[in-house]
Amino acid sequence: MSVQGYRVTRGSNASRLAGLLGLIILLILIAAPWWAGRADMRLMGEVFLYLALASLWNLMAGYAGLVSVGQQAYVGFGGYMLFALTIFGGLNPVVAIAIAGLLGAAISVPVAALIFRLRGAYFAIGTWVMAEVFRLSFAQVSALGGGSGTSLPANIVRAMADGRDAREALSYWLALGMAVLVVAAVYLFLRSRNGLALTAIRDNELAARSLGIDIFRTKFLVYIVTSAMTAMVGALIFLQKLRISPDAAFSVNDWTAFVIFIVVIGGIGTIEGPIIGTLVFFALRETLADLGTIYLMVLGLVAIVIMLKAPKGIWGLIKDRFNLQLFPLGYRVVRPDSTRDDQKGA
Amino acid sequence: MDWVNAVIQGALLGGLYALFAAGLSLIFGVMRLVNIAHGDLIVMAAYLGLTTSVALGVHPLLALVLVIPMMAAIGYVLQRGILNHTLGDDLLPPLLVTFGLSVIIQNVLLEGYSADPQKMNGGALETASVSVGSLSLGLLPILTFVVAVGVIAGLQWMFYHTALGRSFRAVSDNQDIAQLMGLNKRHIFGLAMALALAVTAIGGIFLGIRTSFDPSIGGGRLIFGFEAVIIGGLGNLWGTLAGGVILGVAQTVGAKIDPGWQILAGHIVFLLILAVRPNGLFPRVSA
Repeated sequence: MSVQGYRVTRGSNASRLAGLLGLIILLILIAAPWWAGRADMRLMGEVFLYLALASLWNLMAGYAGLVSVGQQAYVGFGGYMLFALTIFGGLNPVVAIAIAGLLGAAISVPVAALIFRLRGAYFAIGTWVMAEVFRLSFAQVSALGGGSGTSLPANIVRAMADGRDAREALSYWLALGMAVLVVAAVYLFLRSRNGLALTAIRDNELAARSLGIDIFRTKFLVYIVTSAMTAMVGALIFLQKLRISPDAAFSVNDWTAFVIFIVVIGGIGTIEGPIIGTLVFFALRETLADLGTIYLMVLGLVAIVIMLKAPKGIWGLIKDRFNLQLFPLGYRVVRPDSTRDDQKGA
Repeated sequence: MDWVNAVIQGALLGGLYALFAAGLSLIFGVMRLVNIAHGDLIVMAAYLGLTTSVALGVHPLLALVLVIPMMAAIGYVLQRGILNHTLGDDLLPPLLVTFGLSVIIQNVLLEGYSADPQKMNGGALETASVSVGSLSLGLLPILTFVVAVGVIAGLQWMFYHTALGRSFRAVSDNQDIAQLMGLNKRHIFGLAMALALAVTAIGGIFLGIRTSFDPSIGGGRLIFGFEAVIIGGLGNLWGTLAGGVILGVAQTVGAKIDPGWQILAGHIVFLLILAVRPNGLFPRVSA
């Protein structure tokens, strides 16, 4: 059998088509301030920020095996940093968001040093303890409103852009930009050398170690990058809300439970999963939210059923059925005499 | 003398935390399962106790006679119906399924009992106290602590002196070989969860007599139980009691320094111990 004519490629027709479609959708979304109403833009902004949170949680849990139920620590931290930097530092909110990310990375180093001592499920609860420590600590800072929280002063909000429409548009674009940045960063990271190491660790930690992969360093890196970006998302979330309080900033339901459900329903361990999960989550929320507690019960039930019956989520079902990968991470060998793609690797 | 008082009150509070933690410790020891819904199950037990004692007009502690078997039955069904399907090498399914359960239980309680804080009426027991020297100790905290010691001694005895305990240790050591020896591990796991939730029932009732509770407080109780387990060292029941006491003392002493610091002080002591002794103070098995 000759090797000649065989090609190794990452892309496929489906992924190229998806890329093109994605670009078109992105252009339409960028133009939203000219075609969408204020309420729709707010909703879409929220969708983008949840997509960013879900993609980041998926990178940690689905690829690095770091199951955290304490990501609200960084959401709240980022939010509080935005308020502190703009109110006391006099910084422009957009600059403050970037710095919130850097500070998130800085604080995540000692946090990781402590909670990486816990394994598996105990790591998960350890992250939760950390989030509680953050919440209780910020509740002690009276300059930021203590337990009852504070609002972003009007002059800071006005300094962002001229007029309410321009502000809403800017805040929308920032959310969209954040989602694109996160998804692109996760995608490029997974295609990189570190990403390959991460995939190897996910598939078999022992085998990965025997190949010389520094597991601790790789996971540490993922944790820090995720924390930084989660803090930036948090800053954006509270730039939209304009008000922050410890209970809202460090809410386990809002910033972790929903995010986990999104990833599980969409398909954990894939880039496409969080995107689908976010759309499903918001579709459910917009139709069932009036039911209040029943809606949350349904959400929990759906997540449990999916975890038990289809652990790879909705995207996993589609992928297995149609052999699709819209964000090509693995390599495919293409036969010269055939147009059919044979997938190798994951 | 105030400080001595704070330490003693904290130690007694530790008994309650040990009751929260004993169930967690037990199921982790037997099947390496960490139940995120544990705190919500504690709160559920408190609500079951409330309903039972109000409906039958009995003292909450007497309600335990009904609540313990109810929680045990729930535990067995939960384990065999759902949680057994999540066990395996992969860490995610049990974690995410119990996380989903936690959200469901919280919202079922919210739907059934509303978000208003409730409290069980413990009658004279709530205010009764005994004087020791110049200290005045509440009868309820003392009773809680004594019950916690009794429960842990009972679990310890069960583990090492009964056929059931032998089965627990067998599946804990090696599930497959235990199965070959004629044990049905699914049934054993069900019994372990039933026992864990029976202990949880006791913790829930004492919680409900001591303070007011609402459907949202489960997460906090899970964290206290978890901290007690980690401080004491995984798989060591007496260590869990010690962990609960350390946590309780940290909280009451923290509250003495500044009321806002009560819970935070507990977390900080937990993190310090994690930094210095990652395996807890009295480790038995490594996770």
